[in-house]
Amino acid sequence: MAIWFARSRTLVSSLRQNLGLSAIFIKHNYSSRRPVFTNSQLSPRVFLDPFSSYRHESTAVETHPYLVQQSDHEDDAQELDFPGGKVGYTSEMKFIPESSSRRIPCYRVLNEHGKIISDSDFIPVSEKLAVRMYEQMATLQVMDHIFYEAQRQGRISFYLTSVGEEAINIASAAALSPEDVVLPQYREPGVLLWRGFTLEEFANQCFGNKADYGKGRQMPIHYGSNQHNYFTVSSPIATQLPQAAGVGYALKMEKKNACAVTFIGDGGTSEGDFHAGLNFAAVMEAPVVFICRNNGWAISTHISEQFRSDGIVVKGQAYGIRSIRVDGNDALAVYSAVRSAREMAVKEQRPVLIEAMTYRVGHHSTSDDSTKYRAADEIQYWKMSRNPVNRFKKWVEDNGWWSEEDESKLRSSTRKQLLQAIQAAEKWEKQPLTELFNDVYDVKTKNLEEQELGLKELVEKQPQDYPLGFHN
Amino acid sequence: MASLLGRFCRKLVVPGSAHGSRMVSTTSCDSEAVKSLNLYSAINQALHIALETDPRSYVFGEDVGFGGVFRCTTGLAERFGKNRVFNTPLCEQGIVGFGIGLAAMGNRAVVEIQFADYIYPAFDQIVNEAAKFRYRSGNQFNCGGLTIRAPYGAVGHGGHYHSQSPEAFFCHVPGIKVVIPRSPREAKGLLLSSIRDPNPVVFFEPKWLYRQAVEEVPEHDYMIPLSQAEVIREGSDITLVGWGAQLTVMEQACLDAEKEGISCELIDLKTLLPWDKETVEASVKKTGRLLISHEAPITGGFGAEISATILERCFLKLEAPVSRVCGLDTPFPLVFEPFYMPTKNKILNAIKSTVNY
Repeated sequence: MAIWFARSRTLVSSLRQNLGLSAIFIKHNYSSRRPVFTNSQLSPRVFLDPFSSYRHESTAVETHPYLVQQSDHEDDAQELDFPGGKVGYTSEMKFIPESSSRRIPCYRVLNEHGKIISDSDFIPVSEKLAVRMYEQMATLQVMDHIFYEAQRQGRISFYLTSVGEEAINIASAAALSPEDVVLPQYREPGVLLWRGFTLEEFANQCFGNKADYGKGRQMPIHYGSNQHNYFTVSSPIATQLPQAAGVGYALKMEKKNACAVTFIGDGGTSEGDFHAGLNFAAVMEAPVVFICRNNGWAISTHISEQFRSDGIVVKGQAYGIRSIRVDGNDALAVYSAVRSAREMAVKEQRPVLIEAMTYRVGHHSTSDDSTKYRAADEIQYWKMSRNPVNRFKKWVEDNGWWSEEDESKLRSSTRKQLLQAIQAAEKWEKQPLTELFNDVYDVKTKNLEEQELGLKELVEKQPQDYPLGFHN
Repeated sequence: MASLLGRFCRKLVVPGSAHGSRMVSTTSCDSEAVKSLNLYSAINQALHIALETDPRSYVFGEDVGFGGVFRCTTGLAERFGKNRVFNTPLCEQGIVGFGIGLAAMGNRAVVEIQFADYIYPAFDQIVNEAAKFRYRSGNQFNCGGLTIRAPYGAVGHGGHYHSQSPEAFFCHVPGIKVVIPRSPREAKGLLLSSIRDPNPVVFFEPKWLYRQAVEEVPEHDYMIPLSQAEVIREGSDITLVGWGAQLTVMEQACLDAEKEGISCELIDLKTLLPWDKETVEASVKKTGRLLISHEAPITGGFGAEISATILERCFLKLEAPVSRVCGLDTPFPLVFEPFYMPTKNKILNAIKSTVNY
């Protein structure tokens, strides 16, 4: 793994800084021991205590260059045997603090001006890859803008954008292999875009026309493509997480060089399925990469109303899952983190958690007006000064790989292609009525056959009650 | 497709109990090798066969590794390995979600929910995910390989949380199937069909019969078709419809009714979703009377669906209102269980009042 990194430096020291709780727990100062009881009152002291061995055998820390070894043993001889392994004991009553003194730092490579921070660890990205990544991020921006407008014009019923999260979308996709199975939440169309889903295919699903692979059954943005290993989006939040554990396990059993990759927002981590998914993936030792897009908002609910932990990254260790916090608006950092996580997941057959910090610039969806619950200048700030697309663009431009001419060409041609795609999708034939009844089961059941017949007759008799174009 | 052995080729013995004696014997058929098995052993055999015949099948859930709290999974982990037969964390939504993921990748996931009473955390995964997986994807994806097994029903001392019959909730969900066997032989064949059916199936096993019911069960690999009800007793005065353990109670009521000159036709629905309307319709058109009995509370129970459908189809042939003899509209009580349950005599009373309407 060391050879991948652009800078050669002691990985251990670089990662020690970036490591989470286990590093902090090691920094214990025994000289500051104080009596537990003061005066007449019991006042429990809160200390940070090293764990002599806080995990049982099967999750023992191997000699791994990324992880700090638990070498600072105290009280070695004093160990207790419980189901779950040996655990040291202490006669001092200490509570683990509700939060660390320092928040888990965020891994980033590019600064806001698109310059690589000196001595960064990152996996180099070729010109070809970088240009493709940039193009796709820009395409995603244009696509979001035009489809959003199409909804405003009443041409599609619904849309939600990924504005502000283009780096997460594209850089994560670029870091995966096509065989990795993606289970999205709903704000990751960029992953599908990267894998080759065309603008026309996106439009067809939004219009629910005859060419829609989903056969018009779901709302817009509920894309899915088995060809691209992208599971169909479903609206319920976090349901995909335990499914991803099952998918990862299936890949493990098939000994495939692939993993499951699943996305979730900050809000989704409050769902029970988040707990279920991470726990199962850890216990089953399934190759799953969990990517949490912490964009600060779950519709109108700010993260301060969502959890009291230091974000999501700290929850990984609670499940025995290796985790990292990354600057989600830094395409290079996201790329490196996801690529590394994927390698770990596949090679070591384990889950990995990535918390990608970002900001939801757009409204939750076309059914939302986020100015109702957050300051317009907060949105502006992130849109203009913390824009992931601009940041990456600067880096690509600085390398001489992209010009203003390339930019205007890309934007105008993409815009044109999208407008054409929308026009075509709008005019396309509708789904035949029989598709209302297919695929409920593998084979249409008797009751569905009867209902289809009944409906057919009804539509023939009273066509004025029904929209046009759904002929068989 | 008729089941491999006709209904006369087996011997069902259920020792006497608080629910009344349950002896029903018929001649045994010896053209196939059979073995006297109870319900959990029959299910165990089905699982062995399922795992043996499909290397991409898995059995998992809480405590299944050592054989399960009802011994249905005995010997599986030893025989097929811990990669295919394993314990899961205590989390029903995780069990079903994980199973959906496995099934979506083309495997057969036979998951166990320890008691049907605990299936509700998985309700979202079952209703919003498993049931809609194929439909919402335009048939690009499916989780047909998923089968969810759960013990259900009264056991004499189970109270609120070890006795529930939640089948009605699931019968309201297009996209899944709901199957309930009445005996060991039926259970083996129906479970194999459920596992191999290309749709997600919820399979409720009457826990009361795990040990109580003993029957000659063929040793080989056989399947009993889904969505085909069976007339297990012919009659001409009234049609009775039920499923699972309740059928043995209903059978006793039929015997008693016969002594009073009432000829009862008894139907085992077997599959509740999608259910075999034609068989029930044909029977009611013959008898003109219908009685449905289930342990689950009467209001909103599956009997209401059967009643409404038969009313639509057989209105002019009916001699009396459709009768439902079911559990009361209370949580399943402990000390009051004998009062709560749809007992033989409650059914007998209802048969008589329907016939004398």
